[in-house]
Amino acid sequence: MKNMQIAVRFLATISLAGLLSGAAQAKKLNVITATTDMAALTQEVGGDRVSVEAMARGYQDPHFVEAKPSFLLKLRQADLLVTVGLQLEIGWLPPLIAQSGNSRIQVGSAGYLDASQFAEILDIPTGTVTRAMGDVHPLGNPHYWLDPDNGRRIAKGLASKLGEMDPPDAAYFQQRFQDFDKRLTAAEQKWDAEMKPFQGKKVVTYHNSFPNFAKHFGLNVIGYVEPRPGIPPTPSHTIELIGLMKRENCKVILVEPYFDLKTPNSVAAQTGGKVVQYMPSVGGEKEVTDYFRLFDYNIDLLTKAFQATQ
Amino acid sequence: MKYPVWLAIFAICGAVSLQGQQAAPASAPAGGEDNAALLQRMKDMEDRIIMLEGKVRMLQSAASSPTPAPASAPTAPASESTAQAAAAPQAEAPAPVAAQTQAQTQASITASENPNVTYGGAGGSAAKALNPDISVIGDFIGAAGTNDAPLLAPQQAFPSLQMHESEIGLQSIIDPYARGDFFISFGEEGVDLEEGYITFTALPQSFIAKVGKMRSAFGKVNTLHNHVLPWIDRPLVTTNLVGGEDGIDDAGVSLQRIIPAPKGIFLEATGQVFRGDSGDENSPVFHATDRGDLSTVEHLRGYKDITESTNVDIGLSYSRGHNDVGSDFLTQLYGVDATVRWKPLRRSIYHSFIGRSEFIWSQRQEVGQEQKGFGFYTSADYQLGRRWFVGARYDRSDRARFANLTDKGTSVVVTYWPSEFSQVRGQYRYTDYAEGIKANEFLMQLIFSLGAHGAHPF
Repeated sequence: MKNMQIAVRFLATISLAGLLSGAAQAKKLNVITATTDMAALTQEVGGDRVSVEAMARGYQDPHFVEAKPSFLLKLRQADLLVTVGLQLEIGWLPPLIAQSGNSRIQVGSAGYLDASQFAEILDIPTGTVTRAMGDVHPLGNPHYWLDPDNGRRIAKGLASKLGEMDPPDAAYFQQRFQDFDKRLTAAEQKWDAEMKPFQGKKVVTYHNSFPNFAKHFGLNVIGYVEPRPGIPPTPSHTIELIGLMKRENCKVILVEPYFDLKTPNSVAAQTGGKVVQYMPSVGGEKEVTDYFRLFDYNIDLLTKAFQATQ
Repeated sequence: MKYPVWLAIFAICGAVSLQGQQAAPASAPAGGEDNAALLQRMKDMEDRIIMLEGKVRMLQSAASSPTPAPASAPTAPASESTAQAAAAPQAEAPAPVAAQTQAQTQASITASENPNVTYGGAGGSAAKALNPDISVIGDFIGAAGTNDAPLLAPQQAFPSLQMHESEIGLQSIIDPYARGDFFISFGEEGVDLEEGYITFTALPQSFIAKVGKMRSAFGKVNTLHNHVLPWIDRPLVTTNLVGGEDGIDDAGVSLQRIIPAPKGIFLEATGQVFRGDSGDENSPVFHATDRGDLSTVEHLRGYKDITESTNVDIGLSYSRGHNDVGSDFLTQLYGVDATVRWKPLRRSIYHSFIGRSEFIWSQRQEVGQEQKGFGFYTSADYQLGRRWFVGARYDRSDRARFANLTDKGTSVVVTYWPSEFSQVRGQYRYTDYAEGIKANEFLMQLIFSLGAHGAHPF
């Protein structure tokens, strides 16, 4: 009988401790995101009621992040995990989630959010998908955050998700979203105006990580430095690409910061083009501190490159 | 036959004319007045469509995750109807079309009520979505040169050409509380369950439990499958002291937990209890004669990021079990492992370095004298470019049963990655057996993977 009492008291203490820690967490939601862009958007709508941290750095290839145990330390404390989805993180995030020991962020739980559900997804393959196409993403192109309209949609989804998890602050998150929406609309008008003279311009990118940006700003991606996604450049493909760029009078090659510049530089030298190391993610350069600066930075680079090659 | 066609045409005409009637009064006042408002409305519509597309995608993929097992049949109609329900208010479908869809849903309801039960995975695409992620990894090994390995040496020569292993991986989330992983490895002759376990991911107090057959947490190499090793073979210390290729791989229960530590140090403790049968059949590390002859493995792992590109990983392991001499004879293993990794994040796909080492002490009780053996390996691997890796390994190990016999070895490895899904490797291996026999070999390996994209090794 006495054992029973001790056991009950023990259980009661544990559950009380659990409740208390739950109450403490409710004050400030702890959000971990797979990439810096999702972190930036969460910060926009979450304000000071959330603490946000990203796992991958902005200058890192998000396909090849290492599943470091130090990420587990962050994940085990998280209330909400925001992923890019569409299998972008398939090589590193699933084992981290399984080993986190955190039931809140398991796939399908309330604290697991796949942001791709809010966004317009391009390049969804139709017909058979095989690896002969390279490391193709069977669910569509995961680099979707580079369209400000998608940024707005994701922020909206995040605001309602944060509101669900922290109902007392739901109105606060909605109000922050409205504010973000206004600022983004104003910024978009500016960006659209800056890019307007270059509508229909042809560009080449290293990896197929640019379709959403290109669609929004009316650019035309005519080819890639990679012969197929995830396959490094080959001499024969590079020769073809040079021919294509000359035929199409395309002068701008966009390269993500995590790719080698050797092939792009030699292509640029032979086509009289210009290599632009654009920034696919927030935090890739020091001055790219938030979602707005990401577009400021890239549009500045692009407009200068287009002007220089005209 | 003609009647329904006419009906359909009539219905479409009706729909078009209705839409026209609706559109006319709406557009008249808006006419020249406000293009922006119209644009805004179109944009809103677009947003709503994108939201719906996202919902449909999520519903499609949700079928593959945590819904309770027999839900495959009900989820498909359910997702359809919710999608329709969501679409209904927005589409403002004219009456005849609505009637048609109603008829369709009715038809689909009657169809689903039809007591035609579907068994297995034959229930269409929704049932397929619930299938586990399936992968097959082929491991082909060729060998040249001479290796007249002494009969008593645990390390034996590879045949000239061998389909060393074909590993089938079946992995899936089981329910909101657990995931399951199976790795079945086919040799050229036999089949072996390399691993098959359930992982409970939602336990209280951040515990993680695994139940099933698994590679134990003793050291580093013991946890790795053949295809993620940085070499073709396993180090001598593994073959001599820790049961060879299979290592400590047994049926049992594992419990692990992250231990809070200061200064960003990751500390994790693992405790495992197994039946007590491990290692190659001919020379097992542990052997259970009785039910009580359980073996255990304890592992403590410490990890720290030194910079964003450099980290250190250190492990302490202990294992204890009964050996093949009999129930009263124990084998105890002590291990220390250390790994240093360097990978500059901006060039993470081009350059990396991994240095690793494991030291293992073995105490094996025998009828005569207790055998105390020691062995270690130390290795370094450097990534030269996106596709090229070079590495070297030094081996030295006593034999578990004859601790006075020491084998030594040196290897040089070159690896080429055509893509993320295949790998060609060459290894020059020099072995100096305790008996004085020296072996010079050239090993070739081709690894290729089909199916689901697995996790990258770390």
